[in-house]
Amino acid sequence: MGYAEQKLSEEKVFKDPVHRYVHVRDQVIWDLIGTKEFQRLRRIKQLGTTYLTFHGAEHSRFNHSLGVYEIIRRIVDDVFNGRPEWNKEDRLLSLCAALLHDLGHGPFSHSFEKVFDTDHEQYTQEIILGNTEVNDILSKVDHDFPKQVAEVIGKTSDNKLVISLISSQIDADRMDYLQRDAYFTGVSYGHFDMERILRVMRPQEDQVVIKQTGMHAVEDYIMSRYQMYWQVYFHPVTRSAEVILTKILQRVKELYQKSYSFKYFPIHFTSIFNSELVVEDYLKLDEAIILYYFQMWQEEDDEILKDLCKRFVNRNLFKYVEFDPAKEYKKLAELSVLFLKAGIDPDYYLVVDSSSDLPYDFYRPGEEEERLPIHLLMRNGENRELSRESEIVDAISGKRRTDHKLYFPGDFLQDDSTKRNIKKQIRTLLDYR
Amino acid sequence: MLQDHAKLMQAFAVSGEIIGRKKLQKMIYIAKKVTFPFQEKFQFHFYGPYSEELTLRIEELCNMGFLNEVKEKKGGYYQYRYTLTDEGREFLSLNEVHMPFLHDCMTDMNDQNARFLELVSTVLYFDNLSKEEVTEKVFTLKSKQRYTEEEIDQAYQYIEALKEKAKPH
Repeated sequence: MGYAEQKLSEEKVFKDPVHRYVHVRDQVIWDLIGTKEFQRLRRIKQLGTTYLTFHGAEHSRFNHSLGVYEIIRRIVDDVFNGRPEWNKEDRLLSLCAALLHDLGHGPFSHSFEKVFDTDHEQYTQEIILGNTEVNDILSKVDHDFPKQVAEVIGKTSDNKLVISLISSQIDADRMDYLQRDAYFTGVSYGHFDMERILRVMRPQEDQVVIKQTGMHAVEDYIMSRYQMYWQVYFHPVTRSAEVILTKILQRVKELYQKSYSFKYFPIHFTSIFNSELVVEDYLKLDEAIILYYFQMWQEEDDEILKDLCKRFVNRNLFKYVEFDPAKEYKKLAELSVLFLKAGIDPDYYLVVDSSSDLPYDFYRPGEEEERLPIHLLMRNGENRELSRESEIVDAISGKRRTDHKLYFPGDFLQDDSTKRNIKKQIRTLLDYR
Repeated sequence: MLQDHAKLMQAFAVSGEIIGRKKLQKMIYIAKKVTFPFQEKFQFHFYGPYSEELTLRIEELCNMGFLNEVKEKKGGYYQYRYTLTDEGREFLSLNEVHMPFLHDCMTDMNDQNARFLELVSTVLYFDNLSKEEVTEKVFTLKSKQRYTEEEIDQAYQYIEALKEKAKPH
């Protein structure tokens, strides 16, 4: 028996609060979970700075990755197995891609990528294809197997069916994170009948479709997603923490470029600053490392870095007001000048942050849109795009909701011990009392 | 502040008019790959590299009144034309973006058709692979487009010429 087919002598299970149990029988999967690259995901939080708003949100990308694997395992073993459209040779490929799909995520990915122009998807590819324990294990299946897994995750594989299981508008990734994030944040949104959706999924040549009878369960899933984005993922307090985190990284980068003499030199960042970040160094970065520096930089001489780190560590976040860039961009320029006069650097203390989500979209032939829609499998064997059958989904299809906020340090502006009149002018302009 | 929006507006300012969403996506992706500092993240989709963030920023620029979008019916489908508005120019004058050589590169790309830019962006997306592997990828993933080996050669030549324009010696 080859390594690809090798089973554990006894099934291993992980207790999981969302799926109750995560079942592992395949030796390959068990070995991948044990690699240092996969274990690193325990030290990357799934929701970044959200724990500063919802204190329960301390779960990691490790939990989520196991969850996505478990959903795919249930689909391929319990629903697709034996169906003529399903190629059972794709089973291990699907399981590995599910397990490893977030492998390249770094600490506080969103802010980190913004400042250092890195891309976690690119690192996922490099970890799978590079000199790593994960690559060693995948290569034991077949010398070409790491490439196949990387291509599914990167959506450059010609196996569209497996891609759509991992990444589409109704995929295992979303089904896990919605439920998991709802569980750990404690919100009552985000719940839907996943068991029902899994039971009505059907494989086709290049996509997964949903039996028409499952339409209402899918409607519930789309609404759950919509609510989770606006109630949890885009929560303004979480965004405030993320703004500060981004500004800390931006400040450190600037100070390094100006040869500032750090009391606590960011040795783990030097390869990023010098644009020489290789996978080996990238894998050494996790949230424990980043938070260590934030803790230490509270003692730096640079006032901005010190202040921002204190704010993050002690959760003294920026305040915010609604902002309409179209109508208020001149006001923003005016505020920027006033901030400078008040001795508050607007590059670090006056920040516009935008959030936007498109809950569901469908493909309009010729319109150059690029989202694969959800298709319902009708009783007559035809596929129908979801929003044509569902009035609820039709109502929100293609409708993007965007929100802009302007963040600033409320305490600085209310400190009238210096530049009192200018600060008063700023508060009036911001309509902040 | 709104720097990422300003960079995109600069791209429209130097291009004049850009016709087609697909073409726009590919132009920004290619410009980013030849070192212009656009921040939008791209993933591989049906027509090659595509950025949801870019789609969003374009929508925002239209909503802000900085970008003019004209939707017109062409044959069996809709096509979009984009130009910077006067408001957009005013915003840009307040938020200067320094991207020398962007004009030459964007103008050159704007003269190409969307089909060719789709090929060029796909070749660039796989720039870590050998030319042989890229050719195989193009034939597999873009089978409906029926690109020829000659077109792939042209795409490679075009990339080199564009890189030269982006960073002239």
